Amino acid sequence: MLSRFHISKRSSLSPQKAWLIRGGAILLALVICGIITTITTGLNPLDVYATIFQGAFGTARKSWVTWQNVSVLLGISLAVTPAFKMRFWNIGAEGQVLIGCLASAACMILFGDKLPNGLLILVMLLASLFAGGLWGFLPAFFNARWNTNETLFTLMMNYIATQLVAYYIIVWEVPKGSGKIGIINQNSQMGWLPQLAGQQYLLSILIVAILTGAMYIYLQYSKHGYEIAVVGESRRTASYAGIKVDRVIIRTMTLSGAVCGLMGLLLVSGINHTMTTTIVGGRGFTAVMVSWLAKFNPIAMIFTSLLLVFLDRGAGEISSVFSLNRSFADILTGIILFFIIGSEFFINYEIHLTNSAETEGERHV
Amino acid sequence: MGSPCAIKMENITKRFGTVTANDHINLELHEGEILSLLGENGSGKTTLMNMLSGIYFPDEGQIYVHGKPVTIASPKDAFDNGIGMIHQHFKLVDVFTAAQNIVLGLEEQGKFDLKAASARITEICQKYGFDIKPDQKVYDMSVSQKQTVEIVKVLYRGADILILDEPTAVLTPQETDKLFDIMRAMKKDGKSLIIITHKLHEVLDVSDRVAVLRKGEYIGGVLTKDANQQSLTDMMVGRSVTLNIDRPMPVDPQPRLAVKNLTVYDQLGVKRLDNVSFTANSGEILGIAGVAGSGQKELLESIAGLYPIARGEIMFYDPESGQEKNLVGMDPLDIKRAGVGMAFVPEDRLGMGLVGSMGMTGNMMLRSWRNGKGLFVDRKHPEQLANDVWKELEVVTPSTSFPVRRMSGGNVQKVLVGREIAQDPAVLMTAYAVRGLDINTSYTIYNLLTAEKMKGIAVLYVGEDLDVLLELCDRLVVLCGGQVSGVVDARTITKEEVGLLMTQHRKEDA
Repeated sequence: MLSRFHISKRSSLSPQKAWLIRGGAILLALVICGIITTITTGLNPLDVYATIFQGAFGTARKSWVTWQNVSVLLGISLAVTPAFKMRFWNIGAEGQVLIGCLASAACMILFGDKLPNGLLILVMLLASLFAGGLWGFLPAFFNARWNTNETLFTLMMNYIATQLVAYYIIVWEVPKGSGKIGIINQNSQMGWLPQLAGQQYLLSILIVAILTGAMYIYLQYSKHGYEIAVVGESRRTASYAGIKVDRVIIRTMTLSGAVCGLMGLLLVSGINHTMTTTIVGGRGFTAVMVSWLAKFNPIAMIFTSLLLVFLDRGAGEISSVFSLNRSFADILTGIILFFIIGSEFFINYEIHLTNSAETEGERHV
Repeated sequence: MGSPCAIKMENITKRFGTVTANDHINLELHEGEILSLLGENGSGKTTLMNMLSGIYFPDEGQIYVHGKPVTIASPKDAFDNGIGMIHQHFKLVDVFTAAQNIVLGLEEQGKFDLKAASARITEICQKYGFDIKPDQKVYDMSVSQKQTVEIVKVLYRGADILILDEPTAVLTPQETDKLFDIMRAMKKDGKSLIIITHKLHEVLDVSDRVAVLRKGEYIGGVLTKDANQQSLTDMMVGRSVTLNIDRPMPVDPQPRLAVKNLTVYDQLGVKRLDNVSFTANSGEILGIAGVAGSGQKELLESIAGLYPIARGEIMFYDPESGQEKNLVGMDPLDIKRAGVGMAFVPEDRLGMGLVGSMGMTGNMMLRSWRNGKGLFVDRKHPEQLANDVWKELEVVTPSTSFPVRRMSGGNVQKVLVGREIAQDPAVLMTAYAVRGLDINTSYTIYNLLTAEKMKGIAVLYVGEDLDVLLELCDRLVVLCGGQVSGVVDARTITKEEVGLLMTQHRKEDA
C-alpha cells in the first residue's frame, strides 16, 4: 500500500513548542553546515564555528563593531516594519537611509563653521528626518492618489538617492580629484555625535535601543499601530471601520522614511564621519528580511538582526583565518537562513503520514 | 435510453463538508438544444456545471457524454470531451491580444503559429457573427467583447457542448440580444448549450427546455413552450415552509432612514442601483429580497458610506434630536461623527467586517479604537465586550485573542453581529446574516434581530431565503436588476408573488 503525506494547518501551537522547532532547525542547520564544511574543505566544523564566534565577539573591539552593526541593521529594520506591517512593499529603505546621510553630511559641510555644535546637530537631525521622510512620502502619496506601484517607485527612489550622493561627493570632494569626501570636519569634529563613556558607538546603540522600545509600543499599543494592522489585513475592513486608508498609508510611509533618515544621521555623524554611495551597504534590503523573520515584532528583531550580523561578521573571519573564499561563508549563511525560514512551515502546518486508500474520498481536484 | 443525449448526468451528488450542494441530480442535455438551468442563488447550479467542466469532481454519480460514460477529473478532461464552460468571471490576460488569450495553454504539436491561429479565429468569428479582432488587446475591449473572446476560446478548442454561467449578468439588454442571436447560430450549427440564469424572460426567450434546481435538488424539467413566468417561479421558489420565527408587531414605527432616488454605478460604469426609493422605520425589520446581484450589496454599502453615490438622497431622522441628516457624501467616519448610530453586518465577514488575524478583542476594537485616551488605544473595554459576547452568544473559541479567521463560520458571525449590536445603533443593516450557519445559530441571529427591533431600532435584513424573509420581516423591499420592483407587507404577501417581483425585469428603454 502506498503511503503519502497529508499536510494540514495546525489549529494551535504553544509558543514553547514553536521555539523548540526553531531551535531544532538551527541545530539541524549547524549539523548540515558541519557536514558540508568537512566534505568540501576538510576542516573540522567545530573549529570553523569557533572562528565564526571569534570573528563576532573575539575581542572587545570586535564586539563593539558587531553591536554597532546590529544597531544599524536593527534601526533600519525597525524603520521598514510599520510599512511592511501595513503590507506596503517598501524596498526603498536603502535610498531613504542614503538621503538621510546626504542631508546630515550637507549640514556638517555647509554649516560646520557657522553654527554652534549643539545647534548644528539639531539642524542635522531635522534635515535627515525631513529628507528620509520625503523619500518615504513621495511613493506613498503617488500610491494613495494614483495607485502607482510602490515597489517600483521605492526602488527607483533608491537610484535617485544614490545618484544625488554621487553628485555631491564630487562637489564636496576632499582633496580635489580624489573622488571622495574624506573624514568630514576632521579637526573641528563639528557635527560629530558625542562619545559616551569614551565609546564611539555607544550613543548610536542606545538610540536604537530606545527606538526599539518606542516602535514596539507604537505598533502594539497606539491608535496608529492599530490602524496600521487593520490596513495591512484588509483595506476594505479599514474603510468599514472609518479608517482613512490613504492618510494612514502616507503617514506611515513618511514615518518609515523619517526613521530611515535618522539612521542615515547615525551612520554619517555617529559612526563613519564620511559619506560614500555604498555607505548603507545593502542593509536597506537585509532589513526587510530581518523584519519578516521577526514577524514584525521589534523585540524579536533584536535577535534576527543579531543573527544576521553575527553570521556576516563570522563569515569575514573564517574567510581570512582559513583563507577560504568568502562565498563559502555565504553558503553557510544561506543554509542556516533556509532552515530558519523553513522551520516556519512546520510551525504552521503539521504533516500526517496516511495511506492513499483512506484519503481517496476526500481528495480535491 | 431513447433520444441521443449530448450530456447525461446520473445521480450526481456533491457535498462540501456537511452541506450538500447537489443531491442525486439527474440532468439531460439533448443534442442541438439550448437548455436553461434555472434556480435561486445557492441552489447548486454552478456547482453542478463545475463538475461538467472539471473544476469539481462528483462524490457520487456518473456522467455520460454522447452516450459514453466518462470521468471528468480536470478541465483538460472536459475539453477532451468537447465540453467548454464560459465562466461568470472572465479568465483573460489583459495585456494579451484576443488571439494570444485564445491559444494560451493549448498544447499543439509543431511550431507556435499565431498567424494560423488568427486565421482560424477570424473564420470562427465570421461563422457565428462575433465582432472581435484577433489582434485587439483585451484591456481595450468592452465587457461583451471579453465575453466573446471567452466563447471563441472554447469554440477554438473544438467544444461542441457549451456551458454559459450567467452570461447576461454583465451585459446591457442590447448586448444580451446579440448574445442570444449568437447562441441560436451555434445551436443551428449543431452545438448543444446550457445557459445558467435566474432571469425568467431570458429563459423564455432563448431556451428550448428548462431544468429547475432548488436547494441542491433537481425539481423538474419542462419544454419552454409549455412554460410561463408564473409556472417557472413556482418551480423555482417551491411551496412555503413554516419556520415558526417569533414575529411581534412593530411598536410605534417612525421613519428612521429614507432612501430617495438612489442611483449608483460600479467601477466599470455599469448601473447597479437605479432610482431606488424606500423608507425604513424604527421598530421594524425591513427585508430586502432579490436574486443575487440585484444591488443589495451596493445598497447597504451606499448607506454605510462605502460606495460612491451618483444621485439621490439618504435621509437619516435622528430619534433624539429629531433632526434630518443627509448621509450622501459622508464616509463611515463622517457618519459616526455626525452622531448617526449605524451598525452594519456586511456580507464579506472576514474581508470587510472583521480582521481575520486578530482575536475577538482586536475585532471589538474595530468600532471603538478611536475612544482611547490620547495616542493610545483602550483595550480594557473591548476586552470586556469580547468577554460579554463570548458568554452571551456562546461563541466557541479558546480565548478572546484567538484569531477569528480560525473560528467556524457561525462563530465568526456571532462575533460580528455581537459587536454591531453592542454599538447600540439606531439603524442595523445585515447582509446574508445567516448564510452558511446551522439552524440553531440562524435562530439565535433571528432572535437577536427581533430583540433589536423591539428596542425601536430600524433593522434592514438582506436575505436570500424567501421563507425566512416572509416570516422574520415586517415589510419587504424587492429589488430586481437594481430597481425596486415592489415594497410589500411581508405578513400578507405570498412567496409566489415575491418570486415574481424578484424576476420580473422591466425592459429598459435604453
